[in-house]
Formats: sequence, C-alpha cells, structure tokens
Amino acid sequence: MMRVAEGSYAIADAVRCCSPDVVSVYPITPQTHIVEHLSQLVANGELDCEYINVDSEFSSLSSLIGASAAGARTYTSTTSQGLALMFEVLYNASGMRLPIVMTTVNRALSAPLSIWNDQQDTFGVRDSGWIQLYAENVQEVMDLTPQLYRISEDPDILTPSMACMDGYILTHVYEPVEFLDPGLVKEILPPFSPVNVLDPEDPKTFGAFADPSWFTEFRYLQYKAMERALDLIGKVDKEFEETFGRGYGGLIDTYQADDAEILLVSLGSIVGTIKDAVDVLRKEGIKVGLVKIRSYRPFPVEALKEALKDASVVAVIEKDVSVGYQSALLTDIKGALYNTSIRVPIVGFAVGLGGRDVAMKQIRKIVENASKVKDEGLELETEFEIFGVNPECL
Amino acid sequence: MQESLFAPGHRACAGCGMPIAIKLVLDAAGPNTIVASPTGCLEVTSTPFPESSWKVPWIHSLFENPASVASGIEIALKKFGRTDINLLVIAGDGSTFDIGIGSISGMFDRGHNITYICYDNEAYMNTGGQRSGSTPFYASTTTTPIGTQSPGNLVRKKDMPAIAVAHGAPYVATASIAYPVDLRRKVKRSLEIKGPAYIQINAPCITGWSYAEGDTIELAKLVVETCICPLYEYVNGELVGVKKVRNKRPVEDYLKTQGRYKHLFHVEGGEEYIANIQAIADRNAEKFGLLD
Repeated sequence: MMRVAEGSYAIADAVRCCSPDVVSVYPITPQTHIVEHLSQLVANGELDCEYINVDSEFSSLSSLIGASAAGARTYTSTTSQGLALMFEVLYNASGMRLPIVMTTVNRALSAPLSIWNDQQDTFGVRDSGWIQLYAENVQEVMDLTPQLYRISEDPDILTPSMACMDGYILTHVYEPVEFLDPGLVKEILPPFSPVNVLDPEDPKTFGAFADPSWFTEFRYLQYKAMERALDLIGKVDKEFEETFGRGYGGLIDTYQADDAEILLVSLGSIVGTIKDAVDVLRKEGIKVGLVKIRSYRPFPVEALKEALKDASVVAVIEKDVSVGYQSALLTDIKGALYNTSIRVPIVGFAVGLGGRDVAMKQIRKIVENASKVKDEGLELETEFEIFGVNPECL
Repeated sequence: MQESLFAPGHRACAGCGMPIAIKLVLDAAGPNTIVASPTGCLEVTSTPFPESSWKVPWIHSLFENPASVASGIEIALKKFGRTDINLLVIAGDGSTFDIGIGSISGMFDRGHNITYICYDNEAYMNTGGQRSGSTPFYASTTTTPIGTQSPGNLVRKKDMPAIAVAHGAPYVATASIAYPVDLRRKVKRSLEIKGPAYIQINAPCITGWSYAEGDTIELAKLVVETCICPLYEYVNGELVGVKKVRNKRPVEDYLKTQGRYKHLFHVEGGEEYIANIQAIADRNAEKFGLLD
C-alpha cells in the first residue's frame, strides 16, 4: 500500500514487519523519530517485542549482545556520536558473530558540533566487521531492513549489519512509500534460529579470550563470512524483488552508465540529486553516468571493476574526509582498480560536510572538473578536493 | 555435596579469594543460571579459548558492560517466557566501581531481575594492581605507590552498596568468603527477591595485597572482625541484618599482615594513618551496630 509517510515512521514500520524480539534504543538527533515511533508501536500493541530505553548507545548495543546471545532477533538505531560511543561494542558484536541489525542514521561527528548530515560516522567504522549498506531513499531503507536480517542471520554469514540512511534528508522527509506486508516479509525472512544460545540446558561459554595461537583464525573466519555476504546480498535483493516487485541491483546499481565517459561514483541520498544532474547534462550532450554503491562493506570490487572499466574518468563523490589522506571511498576505489589493467584517472570530491546542501549546480561543477581531468590529465592537486570551501569563512 | 559449577583447572593464583567466591555463589545459584562477566581476572583465568571453567552458560563482552549485557539477556528471556532462569553478573571492583558504573546505574534504574555480584579485591588486579574506586585509604598500589611525598592511596573507598541502595535496588548486601554460609544465604535471598540486587563480596588478592598464600581466609575474617568491612543486608532500603562482631580486633591486626600496608608501620605519620583507618572501622561499628 502506497502512503505518504515520514522516513522515520516508515523505518519503524519496516522494523515492526521483521518481528524483532528485543529493541534497545537511546535517543539522539536526528534518529529520535525512529525510536519514538517504535515505542508508540509497542505502546499500541502493534509491535510485540521487549523494548527498553537504555542509558546510552554504549548500553543499547551492549544489551543487544546479551539478547542476541540468548537467541533473540534484535534491533537498534543510532547516529554520529552514538555510533562513536558504540565503537568498542561494534567490534565485539561482529567478533562474537551476533547478527544484530541497526539503522544507522548518517550525521557529522563533532567538533564542531553538528547535528546535520554527512557520512563521516559510518565510514569511520568501516573496519568494525559490520555489513554496511547505503540507501538512496526511504523506500530503499525500508526494503533493506528485512533483507539485512535475512543476510545477517544466515548461518554462513552471522555478521551484524547496518542500513545507512542520511539524517534529516531521509529521516525527516515525507514521501510516498510502499509499506511492507508482514506476511510477505515472513516469506523471505525465516525465524531466527541460532545454533549457539545461552541456555542452562546446554551451557556454553561466550566471549572467551583468544591468545595469539587462536586470534588470527577468528578474524580469518569473519573475513571469509564477509566475502560470502557479497554473493548473498545480491541473491537476497533478487529474492526480495521476486516477492515485492522492487529490486535495487544488488551490490551496486548504475544509471546512464553504459556509454558514459565520465562516471560518477557515490552513495546515499545524494544519488537522487546526481541522477537528476545526469539527466540534465545528458540533454546537453555530455556523456556522464552514475555508479551507485549500495554495499560498502563488503566492498564490491568485482562489480566495480566491471562497471568502471570503460570510463575515461571516474569522479567519486562522498560525504566524508579522512583527515590526513583524502577520503574513504576514493581510496578504496583506487585500491580496487590498482592491480588491474584498467587505467582510468580517478578523482574525488568530499561534499556536503556537516549538512551543507549539495545541489545540481555543484554536481555540474564536479563533472566539469572531471571532464578537465579527462582532457588534460591528472595532476596531484586535482586528485582530491574538499569541494565548495567558502574562502570568506576561512 | 553437589559438584562445583566452577571447574578446576582455571588459572587463578594459588590462594586467590576470587574463585572461592565464585564457587560459593554458583553453589547457591545452582545450574539453572546464566552468568555475564566483564573483562578481568575472572574472565582471563576461567576462559582461555578453547577451554572454560564454566558449567553454566557464561558470557563475556567488554570491561564496562556486563550489567547492560545481562539486561539484554533478561528481556530476551522474558520474551521467551524463561523467567525461571537465575541471572547473575559476576564482576570485579574495577568494572563495578569505576568503568561500568553507568551501565550498572541503568540496570538498577530499569529494575531488571538480575543479581549483580562484585568480587571486591580493591584494585585493578588483572592489570597489575592499579588503584580503583574501591581501593581503601593508604593502600599502596602500582598507581598510588608510596614515596617520600606519598603514603599510598589518598582517596576513600567508594561506597558502592550505598549507591545501589540509593537506586532503590530491593536487595543490597555485603559478604565475605570467610563466612560461606552467610554468603550463600545472601545469594539465595537475592534470587528470591524480584528486581535488581547487589552483593559485594570481599575477596583478598594475594599478589595485590601481598600476603602469604595460606592466609586468604584468615584475612577475609580479619577484615570483618576489625569492622573495616561490615557485613550487612538491605531489603527495600531498610537495613535488615548485620553480622555481629563478638571480638572487635584492632585494625593493626589486619593491616600488618599485608604488604600493601607495610609502610604504615615505619613511615613518619604512620600512626596517624592507622588511627584514621581505625576511625573508619569504629564508625562502621557504630553505623551498622556491629557490636551490640
């Protein structure tokens, strides 16, 4: 059923359809509406789960470690500072192979304090062993929610996952969305039935320490599970499409990319703006296209090689900076192509930091810059740019 | 006598008070129990992968989160209708008094049906005996060392049981491994009372306190008989029972057998420091009516 709804409400309803046993949350702007809606669903008897308001994000994820180990399907949501406070627990959850699912609202990290959107928070935890999928719009986050449970809880994966959605831009927007049917969700999402649970009938030890003769193997097994997730993400996307009629292309998606000389690579809600910009530029005869990253971890190296191999220039557009060396997606993409025969100049643009609006005219300027690289070659100073710095503010 | 639920073969030091406490706690709780523990001596000595001393389900996540982990277990069990299972946190004083106190406050505040047990050895013993919020006055630790300008720790021991009582925890008690019948009774009582419980168990540490390894129980007894560690229990905020001390001993009897207090007997001003410790013991005796 298509209805106009606020992004956060729509996400809460998607969570309801996945029947979590335990929801443990702590409020933080701009994630608050998700937890408010969830608590209302519980208060109305529409979501039958144990719901707790805990004392911090650190505690919300910690409590889900206990709940998940006890055999519960678990959910939480956070953003920015809350995600940073969880840092230690993120690694712990993935290392213990607990398939927790989290909606991670993207927001800038302090200082200076900013409640507005960029993606510094989730890029900052890319190595924490969590599956990270980025959504373009509210519908995609909704649809990702049951898919992530299906992927994370797969016995061959057992890896926690986060659906990344841009703060305010997606959490607070009202747009028409197709609400999920809980009956259909059940068709693609079997009940959570873990092999190892905390049970006095069959006592097991969770979270033992590993000395150097064991630790490497634990990480190796996590690494292999994440590799297997590459296949499963595509497979589950197809299953979802067969059941619900909406598919997203799996690990990556492309737009006007087939004959594109200039390929833009991006992720998150800015993809919508870029698509509009591509339409306008195409009308002007500029051969520009888009590769949308859906799965950032695991990183879809093979899919990207295939998508980028014929481009004349690649421009990566992302909302994060690695202070000291460029930005995360840019360096990952360069790394993915380095040991191949693909020789295409790759440039990067950090945009939209701390919620600065990125409009079509900025995308146009980025395409102009990329076009110049295509024609004149790559200089070190053109490889990466924090885009749109206002000299008057400096 | 039933087989212990804490198996031998663990790596705790000979003479360590902690495993004695764990065995007594598990004796009282029985096999229908789940335990959450933080990083610490208990965790590293009992679970070197792929071995484990635990014959009940046990989970370790991080240093500061066992109260949160247990909270999650509790609500998951509630969802599955398994409220018959005893749920314990067993943690050291570093995790309890300092780094994990936020999580504990949340657990008390939300009223989870969990018994939180702190084995209290009065410093960060797993990392080599650094001062914690539980370290008593004038104890020499590796981060409150004695020196020309320092007589050891200069901060009072945090009153963690009072913090638990202030949260409205329906059951709060202190116990000692030297009084096993009392200790087991308190664990059982905590499990009978619905809601969060806090039990703090004095557990001597042979390396951190520096004493002869055969003296563990003797020291655990002395700390009670000197009134430095009063044994009491609160139910719903009311003091309902204390372990009476028949022959109150001077604090010197307790202090002189431990390396961490050795300096008090020869440094300048040592007599005054000992008198200050005696004053704390006297106040405990009066406050809890230990001698009546």
